Amino acid sequence: MSAIAAMEVNAEARRILAVSISKLYASRTQRGGLRLHRSLLLSLVMRSARDIYHSSRESECQSSEERMDTSSDPEEGQQQPGMPEPQTTLISSEPAQEEPDSADEECEITEDKENLSPTRQSRKRRGKASAAPDFLPIKRARLEPGEERYAAPPSCCRSGAGDSLIALSLNRVIPAF
Amino acid sequence: VLLERDKRGVGRTDIISTVEFNHTGELLATGDKGGRVVIFQQEIENKSQPQFRSEYNVYSTFQSHEPEFDYLKSLEIEEKINKIRWLPQKNAAQFLLSTNDKTIKLWKISERDKRPEGYNLKEEDGRYKDPNTIMSLRVPVLIPMDLMVEASPRRVFANAHTYHINSISVNSDNETYLSADDLRINLWHLEITDRSFNIVDIKPANMEELTEVITAAEFHPHQCNTFVYSSSKGTIRLCDMRASALCDKHSKLFEEPEDPSNRSFFSEIISSISDVKFSHNGRYMMTRDYLSVKIWDLNMENRPVETYQVHEYLRSKLCSLYENDCIFDKFECCWNGNDSVVMTGSYNNFFRMFDRGQRRDVTLEASRENSKPMQVLKPRKVCAGGKRKKDEISVDSLDFNKKILHTAWHPQDNIIAVATTNNLYIFQDKVN
Repeated sequence: MSAIAAMEVNAEARRILAVSISKLYASRTQRGGLRLHRSLLLSLVMRSARDIYHSSRESECQSSEERMDTSSDPEEGQQQPGMPEPQTTLISSEPAQEEPDSADEECEITEDKENLSPTRQSRKRRGKASAAPDFLPIKRARLEPGEERYAAPPSCCRSGAGDSLIALSLNRVIPAF
Repeated sequence: VLLERDKRGVGRTDIISTVEFNHTGELLATGDKGGRVVIFQQEIENKSQPQFRSEYNVYSTFQSHEPEFDYLKSLEIEEKINKIRWLPQKNAAQFLLSTNDKTIKLWKISERDKRPEGYNLKEEDGRYKDPNTIMSLRVPVLIPMDLMVEASPRRVFANAHTYHINSISVNSDNETYLSADDLRINLWHLEITDRSFNIVDIKPANMEELTEVITAAEFHPHQCNTFVYSSSKGTIRLCDMRASALCDKHSKLFEEPEDPSNRSFFSEIISSISDVKFSHNGRYMMTRDYLSVKIWDLNMENRPVETYQVHEYLRSKLCSLYENDCIFDKFECCWNGNDSVVMTGSYNNFFRMFDRGQRRDVTLEASRENSKPMQVLKPRKVCAGGKRKKDEISVDSLDFNKKILHTAWHPQDNIIAVATTNNLYIFQDKVN
């Protein structure tokens, strides 16, 4: 997959992730309670998006290694500025801004839930990619000239905010029933 | 099939959530989001004549379910009527089952067109007479009165479902029925409300391992031991209640392998089955998923015998349909009386009919603006791409808020009921 295509797929995957998370959040306040079927379908979409996000990120990493740029990763640069307030509609927003927003949103959802602690403490959750929840915007080291960025191993802690969001959401969606 | 329109715009603000003809087709019940049931009755003009025209008029209206609150879970239970199923008629009264997310109710609908007059001990207004004033005895007589239709709840089947009820189905034995929620199916006896038998349970020990839910279930029309249930993964399981008490192991599993070229983020959502219906003859069943209708032969499990594309032009729009939630819409489907035609709804108030024998299909529209009463419906066409012909509608101008989720076909005649968001349309075959 070329770098451009990988980025596009990556952006699409992130957008779908963000939309899914906002739907998940909205469904909690829906009359009649959480709908199991709908939550399951949402989690399936998020899982697909997460997998595609991962695989396109890996191919992105590989192609950016080859480029050996002096500047930092383009998407990373967009994520750094500020923490915008949580969005209510995500339809036409900039893909790159989605993550900090959703991170913020997810932050609000999960921080005051007491059963978040087990997730936080237990870093050995089998089957879930992210071990360390990361609510803060991504802080990835800027590449020094001449440095290489290594592809993250699958069980890496800091694989990105989007991934931890998904891990948390998937962990929490179904057991909530 | 040319149709003459006999419109019944109900004009209620509540959204229609289910439509069902009774076994003779004389009565048509609708349930709505506000928990109300409205029953229409067919008034036939000159049925003996070849070109009869029937009208459906309101027969009875009652509040079936009220909103409730589950205090333990701090959840509101919606009063929306998810399904109505009629019982076959046994005596003068009619019976139907109606269900919301948690509770099923058996309603008796009876007519009263006579009242007694001439009591010995009571005045006409109900006051008791002084016994000393009674000099003679008479037999009270029944005199005609204006027809009154009464609906009374005869049974309430509650507290048997943890998850949201999506289906009810009356057994051909007319004594039992099933109710299905996302993870379980229960078997009830119509006379017994304080217990039910659990016949299917797909809840995993660890909810994190959940991969599919039950989306619909139905009893076989003739075989009282057989039922099917569909899943969110696009599979249908046929179960035989004679095999064991708990029918977790299916007798047959109907599944079509996925076409790998159609894989997308949303493949799983669109393969989820929203409705399953046996044919009247009991040899086939029909399933509806987001984009298609499939007909299965009960003797062939590995693929459907017929597949009809309802709105294939939506396949490239799945992402937008996901964003606006339309991809979660649950369309129903139905057979005509002799199983030769199937029907299902779509968007823009369109509905589709597929003639199985003649291999023809038609798209029609249920709307006030586009047709007048007694006018033949004009077939519609959606232009998927490229040059739009005259009278065609482009995909982008479809109104996704106007969806037809619920349709019903008269059990014998070519009369159909089509529910748009809050209007009910009744169409009848044009007789030349």
